[in-house]
Amino acid sequence: MPDLFSKFDPLIGEREALLETGLTDPFNLVMEKVESPTVAICNGKRTILLGTYNYMGMTFDPDVVAAGKKALDDFGSGTTGSRVLNGTYAGHRAVERALRDFYAMDHAMVFSTGYQANLGVISTMAGKDDYIILDIDSHASIYDGCALGNAQIVPFRHNDIEALEKRLRRLPPEAGKLVVLEGVYSMLGDVAPLKEMVALSKAAGAMVLVDEAHSMGFIGEHGRGVAEAQGVIDEVDFIIGTFSKSVGTVGGFCVSNHPKFEILRLVCRPYVFTASLPPSVVATAATSIRKLMDSADKRAHLWENSKRLHAGLRQLGFRLGTDEPQSAIIAVIMPDLETGAAMWEALLNEGLYVNLARPPATPAGMTLLRCSLCALHSEEQVGEILGMFAAAGRATGCLS
Amino acid sequence: MSDRQQIYARTVELIAPYNKKGVAITEATRFAQDLEWDSLTVLDFVAGIEDEFDVIITMNMQAEIETVGQLVDALQRLTAARA
Repeated sequence: MPDLFSKFDPLIGEREALLETGLTDPFNLVMEKVESPTVAICNGKRTILLGTYNYMGMTFDPDVVAAGKKALDDFGSGTTGSRVLNGTYAGHRAVERALRDFYAMDHAMVFSTGYQANLGVISTMAGKDDYIILDIDSHASIYDGCALGNAQIVPFRHNDIEALEKRLRRLPPEAGKLVVLEGVYSMLGDVAPLKEMVALSKAAGAMVLVDEAHSMGFIGEHGRGVAEAQGVIDEVDFIIGTFSKSVGTVGGFCVSNHPKFEILRLVCRPYVFTASLPPSVVATAATSIRKLMDSADKRAHLWENSKRLHAGLRQLGFRLGTDEPQSAIIAVIMPDLETGAAMWEALLNEGLYVNLARPPATPAGMTLLRCSLCALHSEEQVGEILGMFAAAGRATGCLS
Repeated sequence: MSDRQQIYARTVELIAPYNKKGVAITEATRFAQDLEWDSLTVLDFVAGIEDEFDVIITMNMQAEIETVGQLVDALQRLTAARA
């Protein structure tokens, strides 16, 4: 009888070979205690967190935590229902209001995760004879949104304006088109040329969706993301975002100014056929989003952290994903998975957690040590982090 | 040469820069198994083909194309539809 698990044998073999060398499993870390947005206890050891996407450090904000506790008391632990049946409480409406205010947009729709927001909006908006034009390095949730729908999928080379332009030109003028872009691409931390791409897309009659998961709260004057920073947010039809990064909890959303947007609540299957977020989660999210509106000082400090880490790692001799810091993600490029895993473990032993990222999540088969900074990392911590990278780099032979 | 022969000849030329193993190309050559192309190579090659013939080969079409012959058939259809 065929074993349906056989298809995973190559991956099982690769993992076994890696772990046989005695390395700690990089995909099985447990945080025994979390002290703050920047420090946890892992394997009994105090560990600086540099791979959490907790960009604005809202997870332990006293107002945010208090709002969650109150909602638990007032509304219970969960809704046990779909948004369109018994799963919309006052808190769900309140967090959608907070999003409308944050983005200054007419409509906001909250999903149970950011993954489901992309899955739902992309699969629902682009029908059978429509085209989805997307960057080849798009996040898995975007590809899965394409796979869940049945539109025609046209990829273009990463951040290549001319490649997008050519494809838009060759598509039938009368066909429906959705261009899907990301503000910050999370693997290398690079930013999209949205100004040019959004203008080209609109000129070709396409609607534009921008995933701003990794820029919310941090990039742009009001923290609305790369589209705001590049002055094209009014031309974007859909912004997708998440509560699991700067907002500091879990959940996803789409905001839009389209007059017919609300119909999505009835036709979008990943919105309808799942349980809504627990009351405590939407309460923490709403409180956090409102506080993020007024966080210019934290944004400035996060940029300082990002610049300092980028310059410091470069000076040490590491190869980085971008020539200049473009976001709060700094990706350190490793020569191969074995070296990457060894370096990851050496950093953990030093007391630093980063993400080890590998194909298929990464572009061009790269192995990355991905660092994401937090506005609450202190200057001293960034100094400590650089010291740990230097020590781990020498211990593993990454640095001479 | 017929249209199809011309398309085939040009396709074989465009395969050459990515044919690192020097596989002898026929209509039956398979991109994944015989040429062992990864997804990035496919992207570059498809972009080159799209530019050459001024067409779009969607990912949906790519999923159906396994061999050089199938690609040539698809290109013949796409260029004919445009004319």
